[in-house]
Amino acid sequence: MTLPAIRISGVTKRYGALQALGGVDLEIEQGEFFGLLGPNGAGKTTLISALAGLVRPDGGTLEVMGHDVVSDYRNARRRLGVVPQELVFDPFFSVREMLRIQSGYFGIRGNDDWIDEILANLDLTAKAHQNMRALSGGMKRRVLVAQALVHRPPVIVLDEPTAGVDVELRQGLWQFIRKLNRDGHTIVLTTHYLEEAETLCGRIAMLKGGRVVALDSTANLLQRFATHTLSVRVERPEIAASLGGVNGEAGWMEFAFESYHEVEPLLARLRETGAGLIEMRLGEPDLERVFVEVMHSA
Amino acid sequence: MPEVSQQPRQPAELPPVGREVPLAGFRTLLYKEVLRFWKVAFQTVAAPVLNAVLFLLIFAHVLDRHVTGYGEVDYTAFLVPGLAMMSLLQNAFANSSSSLIQSKITGNIVFVLLPPLSYREFYSAYVIASVLRGLFVGAGVLLVSIPFVHLPLAHPLWILAFGVLGGAFLGSLGVIAGIQADKFDQLAAFQNFLIMPLTMLSGVFYSIHSLPPLWQDVSHANPFFYMIDGFRYGFFGQSDVSPWLSLAVVGFCFVALAVLTLAMLARGYKLRA
Repeated sequence: MTLPAIRISGVTKRYGALQALGGVDLEIEQGEFFGLLGPNGAGKTTLISALAGLVRPDGGTLEVMGHDVVSDYRNARRRLGVVPQELVFDPFFSVREMLRIQSGYFGIRGNDDWIDEILANLDLTAKAHQNMRALSGGMKRRVLVAQALVHRPPVIVLDEPTAGVDVELRQGLWQFIRKLNRDGHTIVLTTHYLEEAETLCGRIAMLKGGRVVALDSTANLLQRFATHTLSVRVERPEIAASLGGVNGEAGWMEFAFESYHEVEPLLARLRETGAGLIEMRLGEPDLERVFVEVMHSA
Repeated sequence: MPEVSQQPRQPAELPPVGREVPLAGFRTLLYKEVLRFWKVAFQTVAAPVLNAVLFLLIFAHVLDRHVTGYGEVDYTAFLVPGLAMMSLLQNAFANSSSSLIQSKITGNIVFVLLPPLSYREFYSAYVIASVLRGLFVGAGVLLVSIPFVHLPLAHPLWILAFGVLGGAFLGSLGVIAGIQADKFDQLAAFQNFLIMPLTMLSGVFYSIHSLPPLWQDVSHANPFFYMIDGFRYGFFGQSDVSPWLSLAVVGFCFVALAVLTLAMLARGYKLRA
């Protein structure tokens, strides 16, 4: 049996009166594309920071590829690449200098071939000799990703990597991250774009108040929590309401249902009662709905 | 968008990149810290040298006939090593403290906190870079002074010993200040209310034998006095106190401060919350 890429056991962290992490247990397998979701203040960044050694937990243990992040931090950090949430850079250096320096911090010299490959994949080759100050926000974000990869870590954590990033860059970035995942890197992603998490992540953990409140495969979460919806626009909304419809957006009435078998009888009843169907559309379950339900019920 | 990967993939073996080099982390951080000040050497080396030369021109002209140094030693000659050491100390402090606070405020400190660098490597790199900047500035002051004054070199090793040890002491103090301060004005307070008075009142501009007894006693409690006095001994072979006493005081102060700084870094004080 292979070691988990990340093992988190009973991790607690308190800042004064605030319990940032209240006993988090989590295991992420090697090769997973894992999503860590939660509202602001849920503890996502604190958990990632504890994993990266930026925050010292009050209790519990964290391991990266079997190496404890406190007692065996050198081996743990060599196996971890973190893309921080804040758009930070060192204004003294060019992109290539920065990547060489970052490689050196990880004990590696002479990895220009790999640096060139990262630069090409992130469309940064033309900017390699530019000073960091001269780059746009999107370019700086790419350099942050490149810096996290210089030592080719088996585990990559991306903390809100697409915040404030335009669509083109976002798609390019995901294409590259998917490629890394295919090559064998374990990816852990936090994002507020739930659509991204739904599309990319095979498994998702949801955090609230420093605790894991949901943990399952994306498919199971969608199946377990979310329902389909039938939205209708009718001449007599009061009839639709009497049949269990609830007010949706701009005059639409929404019916929730578990299975498509329920659609036909519902449409028949709308016709029989003279509701006067004008328009209709079906809604698939999505992670946003799951997220809202989980957060409300937790 | 691509399809969801529902199952973890069987992880492939990731080939290593580059070659692992012993102590590469420490050496890279040291290189980065030296490059950081060297890239702006006009501001970090040339400007302090110019400041010291202005001090030299003004003080030597105004005080030459009023202040005594060591017996027959010309006042201007007496002044130059003091100015060189003062500049060395101030710039060693400025290097580590400004680098750390800039990194903290801009957030790029994460680039050195995420890699597998030990706190000893972190400390050594920042302090050695500070010593190097201090030595560059000190040497610059001495070089620029050549046209103005003839300086003997009685004991060059003492010059080097006090230059390195004094720079390391101030470099450590800079690490503490850089970690402790959250804003630039807090760092400026450290510089203006601690470093500046202690260097100015350390005998840079006069021999403490010219002071009243009370102020002589006060000066003996100032570790900067021993750094300046020992450094000056290397040039003239004369000093206010024995160079061995100065070496012991400066050495003790450095070791005590190094232990304190390392303890702060080991705890992750203000760096690893």
